This record gives sequence, structure tokens and C-alpha cells, in this order.
Amino acid sequence: MSAALTVHRIGPAASVQDGGRPGLLASGLARGGALDRRALAEAAALLGARSPLAGLELPGTGGAFSVDAPITFALTGAPMAARIDGRALAWSATHRLHPGEGLEIGAVRRGAVGYLTPAGSIDSAPLLGSRSAHIAAGLGRWLAPGDSLPCATAPGDEALAGRLLSPEDRFSGGVLRVLPGPQTGLFPAPLRAAFAGARFRIGPRTNRQAAELLCPDWQPNHHAGDLVSDIIGPGDIQITGDGTPFVLLAECQTIGGYPRIGTVHPADLPTLVQSGSDAALSFRFTAEEDAPAWVPEAEEIAALARRITPLRRDPATMPDLLSYQLISGVTAGDDA
Amino acid sequence: MTGSPQRSAPELLPHGLDGLVLRFATALTEEANAAVQAFRARAEAADLDGVLEIVPALASLYLRFDPAVTSRAALAEALRAMLDGADAATAAPPPRRRWIIPACFEGADAPELGEMARLAGLSEAEAIRALTETETRVLAIGFAPGQPYLGLLPPQWNVPRRTSLTREVPAGALVAALRQLVLFANPSPTGWRQVGRCALRVFQPEAERPFALQPGDALRFRAVSGAELERLDREAGDGLGGAVLERLR
Repeated sequence: MSAALTVHRIGPAASVQDGGRPGLLASGLARGGALDRRALAEAAALLGARSPLAGLELPGTGGAFSVDAPITFALTGAPMAARIDGRALAWSATHRLHPGEGLEIGAVRRGAVGYLTPAGSIDSAPLLGSRSAHIAAGLGRWLAPGDSLPCATAPGDEALAGRLLSPEDRFSGGVLRVLPGPQTGLFPAPLRAAFAGARFRIGPRTNRQAAELLCPDWQPNHHAGDLVSDIIGPGDIQITGDGTPFVLLAECQTIGGYPRIGTVHPADLPTLVQSGSDAALSFRFTAEEDAPAWVPEAEEIAALARRITPLRRDPATMPDLLSYQLISGVTAGDDA
Repeated sequence: MTGSPQRSAPELLPHGLDGLVLRFATALTEEANAAVQAFRARAEAADLDGVLEIVPALASLYLRFDPAVTSRAALAEALRAMLDGADAATAAPPPRRRWIIPACFEGADAPELGEMARLAGLSEAEAIRALTETETRVLAIGFAPGQPYLGLLPPQWNVPRRTSLTREVPAGALVAALRQLVLFANPSPTGWRQVGRCALRVFQPEAERPFALQPGDALRFRAVSGAELERLDREAGDGLGGAVLERLR
């Protein structure tokens, strides 16, 4: 069974994303996939899946959507204002959308990138093993009004609606752990200390390939030398020619020559991706043995699934309190 | 890229939680690159437990592993044992495949051939002869999907890229610097000098084989006129631009 999810309005740089295409580095293709991989895992957990599903990545703002058959969907990542026909929806939760209803997703309240994931996954034809758009490689494209996206549906989907997963706050910046990489040793200790002491914010030259880090006090007068190009990957912190650091993201190039001071720990990369331009970020060099160990994707999803609770309606999010009977059995008070 | 080569044993370095870099040199030299290619062939043949991909760069090899199956320490130990058993005089393994690729080295398809030849101390005819007679290898694929770094050209071709002026080159542009050639996948600005053009499309997402080239492939260019290149491309109709693949072993 399937449903069509129609896009009526959508923000810029929105795209279909899943776990991406690992294993093609030797052919020059970065893994790609969702910028905030934890949001992908949260959606999978909420929707009872064991591996990531393909959903809509919505940077900054959402859009307006409808369906031609009922679907259950998850809203994860950066909290956004979301409503179905004016009824406010809890974020980081699952809901049901019926034909004839309008789902509207507005701007982010905190963080940077939200995700809308249907229970059966966006069911477009995979290309090179993934449904992800990889714009830099010319695979897929940005979403546009009028797009109709196939969603797989199943009879059990309805029971997946009304679930809540309180996310760990990763939407306000913070201290990110940096693992030493192959070129960390090329940076003198005082320079590494200066980097770790600087407070950065995300700059405007940020996209799916890399995030720009800005800090007025960070002006390295050191050049790590003319390096032979090397394999690079998401999380790597490149120090470019004028000293501006860029953290490589999902769609980065696979070979690069800029020296890299270290690699953001994969557990902290979602925090970087979700930092808006007002969030303060700093970095702490952390030895691998002192850092959290690798967590397989299936284990991460299973751990998140254990934290799911039923979604109870929160009076604060109700659009019209008078339309609800708050306490049963109470009369109007004038019938004495 | 022009510093003196490092003579010490290869370094094993961490890269993220699931990556390991085997660095043979900090500068591109023939020896370092041959060592990368030789070790890559051996590491692939060894079928090491938990290794998910082995990716050659110009002077280093990147290995991604599954930390649920193996550990950095265990993999490093296995690699060190292989390095200890390696011949001191490492040669690149013979190629498994060879491409013969039509290329145009004339007119608008080779706008900087003359400048490049002059910088290499060659006449244009000598430069074209070097480009067609040198059998290059795919040293690495990257920057853009399917896009090869080819080399090494003879030592005279060790000409740095332009540092300031960059120009836009078309897809298929063959550009040279630092004894290497790059065959561009997409239109792109570059400081490398365009010495020719091929009709071979190195990445075709919808094709049965989306990536034409593999690391280690041998390549030879066959000089054709611009009109001949167009004709070959049109007649082949497969995006390979008249390129022919020979399987050697």
C-alpha cells in the first residue's frame, strides 16, 4: 500500500534524506545522507523501524503538505511550529495525517534542521543504494512545490501515532569533543590550545558540505604547510587558507588538501549541525580512550526506542482550550 | 607537494572513530605512490576482518573499519605485520585493466597546452607525445565522484598549479600540474592548466556501471581531432566517449 505526500510549499534546500551511501569513498562519493543522523535515528525509533527511514530534511523552515491516503509520520530534529488544520502538534513525536487535512510546518524554534519522516519511509526508487539527494554529486534535487513523494504504508501504521521521545538538548551549542586526526600533530600545541579556547558560532557559508566556524579572536598565523591531498570525511575540521575553520558535513568532498586540526566526535556532530548562528560552540580535544565508544546504528535506535512514552496532550499546546472538555462531570455552575 | 620525501616507515594514524590512515609520505613521490598502490592490493587480498573500505589517496591509504567487528588496535597490528613483511623496494602491482581514451589536444580543447609545454621545457609536439605515450595510473579518485587523479607524468611535468588565477574548465577537461592529470567530472574552476579534453564521462549515476574508473586502472590517451572526438562520442552513445577497456588479468 502507498500514499502520496504532496508538497504545497517548502523552504529552500529541503531534500529527501536517509542514511546515505557508505562504501563509495574509493569512487569519490562521500556518504551523504541526513545532516543530523540522530534525528534520523529518533524518527526510526519513534516509527518502530530498526534502521533509518528516508524522510524530508527541512533546514530552517518547513512547508505545507497533504496526503491522498492516511499516513503516520514522525517530527524530529530541530523543534518547529507544526499544525494540522490549525491544531498544534508536539515535536519529537508521531502523528497521523488524513486526506483532506493540511500539515503546516513553520520555522525552527531552536536549532537548525527539522525532519518529517513517514512511517513507511519515502518510497522513491533508490539510486546507488539510497534515496538521499546528494546535491554536490548531482544525485537527486532540492524539493519544490508540486512534488509528490510516494510513501509506503502498512496496516499497523495507525498504532505508531501518538508516541513521544524527549530528545537530549542538542539545539543550543555547547562543548564538542574533538578526536585527534592524522594531521593534528602538524599544529603546534599553543595553536591547538588557542583553538580549544575560542568560542565559535556558525557562519553564513554553511551548507550540506561544510559548516563555517566564526570567532573574532581566532586568527591563526600558522600555516601547516603544503600538504599532499588526503582522504577527508564528515566531522573533520579543516583550517582553510585564511584561517577560517570549516567542519566537513555529509556531502563533503572526499579528497582535500587543507590541513585538519581534528575530527568532531560523531556523537557530537548532531549538536554542531543543530547550532543556529546564535549558539556558542567550543571544542575540547579528547583522546579516543576518554571519548564515548562507537555505537552501532541499530543499538542507538534500540536505546532511543526504550525512551518512548505515549504522547499526552499538553494544555499549553492546545490551540483552543474551550474546545476541550477539561474535567468530565463538571457543570457550567449556573444550574443550581 | 614539492617537499623532500619522508624516508621513515609508514605512519599509522587515527581518523575519526572508525578510520585509520596509513601515511607513506607527506609529499607525493613516485616511491610513496607505488607503495600506496602495492599495499592497497595486498590489503584487499588479505580480506582483513572488519575492514569496510580501503581507499587510496596520493601518498596515503585510508581504511574504514566496523568497530563492532574489529578494533583500531587489532587492525593496526594486522597492518604492521603486513608492513614488516613487505619488500623494501615496493613496486606498484601490474594493472588489471587498461583504458585507451580518445582525447583532443588541439585548439579550444587544449587552451594551456602551449604554456604547460613551455613550463616543462618541451615543444607542443613533445608534450602531446608525452601525454599519449606515458601509461598513467589512476592514483586516486576523489574531489568529485568518479574524478581521477592520474600519474605520474615524466619529471619535467612537475609544474605547480597557478596560485591565483583560476579559470572554469568544462566537464571532460584534462588538466595538468605536479606530474599529475585530472579528468574533470563536471565544469569546475581550477588552477591546473587544461591540456586536452576527453568525451569520457567518469560518473553516470543512472548507468549500470556509474563509475567508469577504478583506482589502479592503467590509462593511455589516443590523440584525435575535436571533430573525431565528437563523432566517437555520438556513435558510442554510452557516455564513454569512445574509450575502450582492456582486461589484462
